[in-house]
Parts: sequence; C-alpha cells; structure tokens
Amino acid sequence: MIKISNLHAFYGKSHILRGINLTVDKGEIVALLGRNGVGRSTLVKSIMGLVPTTGSILFKDNEIVGNATHDIALKGIGYVPENRDVFSTLTVKENLLLGVKDKNVKAEWTVEEMFSLFPNLKERADVIASAISGGEQQMLTMCRCLMGNPEFMMIDEPTEGLSPQMVETVAELLKKIASKGIAILLVEQKLTIALRLARRVYLMGHGEIVFEGTPKELEKNTSIRKEWLEV
Amino acid sequence: MDVILFTVFNGLLYGMLLFMLSSGLTLIFGMMGVLNFAHASFFMLGAYFAYQISKYIGFVPALFIAPLIVAVCGAMVEKYALRRVHKFGHVAELLFTFGLFYIIEELVQMVWGKVPVGYHVPEFLDFTLFSMSGMGYQAYAMFTLLVSIAIFFALFSVLTKTRAGLIIQAALTHPEIVSSLGHNVPRVFMAVFGLGCALAGLAGVLAGNTLGTEPSMALSLGPIVFVVIVVGGLGSLKGALVASILIGVLQTTAISLDLSINSLIETLGFAVDLESLWHILIDLTISQVAPILPYLLLVVMLIVRPRGLFGNRDV
Repeated sequence: MIKISNLHAFYGKSHILRGINLTVDKGEIVALLGRNGVGRSTLVKSIMGLVPTTGSILFKDNEIVGNATHDIALKGIGYVPENRDVFSTLTVKENLLLGVKDKNVKAEWTVEEMFSLFPNLKERADVIASAISGGEQQMLTMCRCLMGNPEFMMIDEPTEGLSPQMVETVAELLKKIASKGIAILLVEQKLTIALRLARRVYLMGHGEIVFEGTPKELEKNTSIRKEWLEV
Repeated sequence: MDVILFTVFNGLLYGMLLFMLSSGLTLIFGMMGVLNFAHASFFMLGAYFAYQISKYIGFVPALFIAPLIVAVCGAMVEKYALRRVHKFGHVAELLFTFGLFYIIEELVQMVWGKVPVGYHVPEFLDFTLFSMSGMGYQAYAMFTLLVSIAIFFALFSVLTKTRAGLIIQAALTHPEIVSSLGHNVPRVFMAVFGLGCALAGLAGVLAGNTLGTEPSMALSLGPIVFVVIVVGGLGSLKGALVASILIGVLQTTAISLDLSINSLIETLGFAVDLESLWHILIDLTISQVAPILPYLLLVVMLIVRPRGLFGNRDV
C-alpha cells in the first residue's frame, strides 16, 4: 500500500528525518513508536505533504513526494492529527461532513454509520465541537477522517490522555477499520496498545528507525526498549 | 429626539460601510495571518471602476461589474504575488501589501489624475426620501444602507449554511487539517482574498460618490478599518459587525456633540480660571476630539483586551 524509502525532512536547518524506510500493507496495523521529539509526528506530516521532504513515498505504486496535501488526501491517505484538532466553531455533524471529499465516488462511511458506531456523537450532533469531551473529540477526528474513505490512515497518538474505557473503544474502532482492508499507521508512545493491535512495529530514535519487527520481538528486546522507548 | 435618530441612522450607514470593508480584511487576516495594508486600496479601485463603468453603461451595471473586477484583481494578487511571498513569513507579507498600497495609489493617479473625479450619485436615487426637523434623509443613503444590510445577511448565510462557508470557517483556524481532508486550501485562500476585495470594492462603489473619489481616499479610510478589526477581534465577523457599528455611531454622534467638560462644570455652577492650561483642555468639545476617539479605543483595547471584543486569539 505505502512504501517509504530514504526519506529526509528538515525544519529550517534542523535535519529531523534521516533516511526513513517503512512499509504498510493493506489491512495491516503498523505501530510507530518512540519517545517525544524523535520525529514520529514529523514523519506522518511528511507523508501528508505538510513538511518539505526528499526521498521517495510510493502510495499504490505512485510517487507522492512533492504533491500538494489536498492531492495526497484525494489519493486516499487520511491523517488524524494529535491534539484532537476538531473544528471548534462548527458542530459535531458539520465536522463530520467536512471529512467528505469533494471528488468522492462512493461513500463507504456515512454520518448515520458513524452515529450508530458512536451514539454519543449522535446525541451531540448539533453541539459545537469544542464543547464535547476529549474522548468524544478523539472519536470525532477519527470519524471525520473515515468520512473521506481513506485507504491508508495515519493516526497520531489516539489514546493519549483517554480513560481506560475510552482506550478500549478506540482499540475496537481501529480493529474494525483494519478489518475493512484499510492500512493503519498508528503513532504511539506506549508499547501496550501496539502489543494488542499491531502486526509490526517500527521504533524511532533521533530521526531514524532503530528497530523493526513484531511487537513480541520488541517486548523481548530489553536493551533496545531501554535505550529508545522507556523512560 | 429627531437629531438623535438622524445621527444614529447616519452612524448605522457609516458602520455598515465599515463592515463591508472590515469583514473582508478580518477574514483574510483570520485565515492567512496577512494584515493586508492595501485592503482600502481595493475600496478605492471599486470607486474608480464604478466611475468609469457608470460613465458608459450606467450606475446599476457598475454596481455589479466593478466589485467583480476588483475581486479578480484581488484573486490575482493573492495567486501570483502574495502566495509566493508567503513562504518568507508575515513581515514580508506585510511589507508586500504596504508596497502594493502605494503602487495602486500611483497607478490610480496616473490613470485618473490627482484631483477628484466626477463620480456622482445616480439621478434616480438623487432625491430626499424624508425630512425631519428640517433635515433631509437622502434616498441614496437609504439605498446604501439596504444594500449593505443585504450583503451582511448574504455573507453570514454563505458562511454558516453552505459547504464552502464551512470549509472557510474551518480553514480560519485549522488550514493544515482542512487540506489533509482533501480540500484545496490555497484555492480557498484565493477565493476568500477575492471575496474580501470584492466587498471592499462594493463599499467603494457605494461610498465613492458621496465621500469623493480621489487618490487619497484609501489612505483616509484605511486606518479606521484596522481599528474596526482590532476592536472586534481579528478573524471574527461578528466582532467586525459590532465594532463597525460601534465606531460608526461613535464617530457620527461625537461629531454632532458640542459639549465639553467646561460646559458641564459651568452648568453645575462652578467656574475654572480662564488663563489656566486646564481650561484649554476641558474646553475642548466632544466634536473636536471626535477624530481621535476610534484610535483611543484601539490603544485602550490593545492594552486591556488584546483579543478584541469577539476574537479568540491575541493580536
């Protein structure tokens, strides 16, 4: 589905990504782990065309480096940013409707379907999005992204700051999305959720991939974990 | 009572004109972070284009065509110039619009000369609609007021009821997310810049024939528009509306008040030494200090509440 080779990204003179290689296949959940500031968010932003990059990103065998962000989105890549950035002046329903792309051929996910998945959002359909809880905002940003029918979804820290119950709900949604054949790149700080959901994990440190393997392999590899993941 | 009603009416008219000018500026700022110094220049272009068009085919076609031409000018400026300057940051953008202001002024002088042109109120609207206590209210003033109120409702319904409006609202605060949902944000920026310029242009068409169409008209109205968007809150349309009317009424009312602190003191039966420095200050009438009132409001607002009346971020 997506194949990233030798990707570099810069913020001014700072070299943030230093030759990243990464792949995600159809229907696969891949976790991207690492401490804060190692470049995980920059990587997903680079894929989305929000940060200038060099290297190669093949999406369904088409090069997307240098494409405009909206073109990348229209090709089928979805991005759920961290911080639960809902459109705070619009209602829940309006937020969802803005997820629909103008050039949509067939809507896989509808507002009604989202509401049946999350009755909470249905109840609050006409409420201004800034007034709903953090967990509901997280759901809303994920649903908003799904409304655009992505084939590959990047989700930045979806469980941060959520209650254990809400984390469960997010995990269930992720499984459901993947079961529909959508590839997911899950950015996380913790190994726990990756162990439960991901087929493969990448561990980042200082702008590079320092480990690649299954979650079990990472769990066993104490030295790598201590050096690059645990605090 | 009639005088008060009359003044409020005039204030409302002036306020709605200010709103047409400031709504575009505040949207452009809210979305792109560009403080467009040249915004009032598009107001001036609207007046000159309307003068030229109405000379050949009349005022009514000019009312529609002139703002459209201004919109195209604005959209081109955004697409071919401002967008390229954008990557160098907001200071570069500010300086760019500053330069643009003078370029437009010089161009206008080259084409239409330095003296005011004869852009007049159309004959079919040039009569007194009604009179109160010997003061006549012009039909054209009422026409301007009605057009600007209609524009206000149209603008609000487009922004809140249409999909394009929702995209604009979302892009005001989260342009990156809007583009990552597949919406062409640069095109939205261009459209908003064009729309903002069209509104300024329309204000120029409506006001150029009463305020006078001359090369300095952008400079004389430009600063007050900045006051409006700072007082209302940068990026807030509601704020722009309230601040426009507030400043419109404040200015027109203050001009008609011949009261001073001294007159109040004298009414209370006291007197101040005629030779003292205080006397000069307290003898100033409200109408004399009227021109500085909006700027005083700007300065006080920045100190007390930098985000303005309805803004959600500091200046």
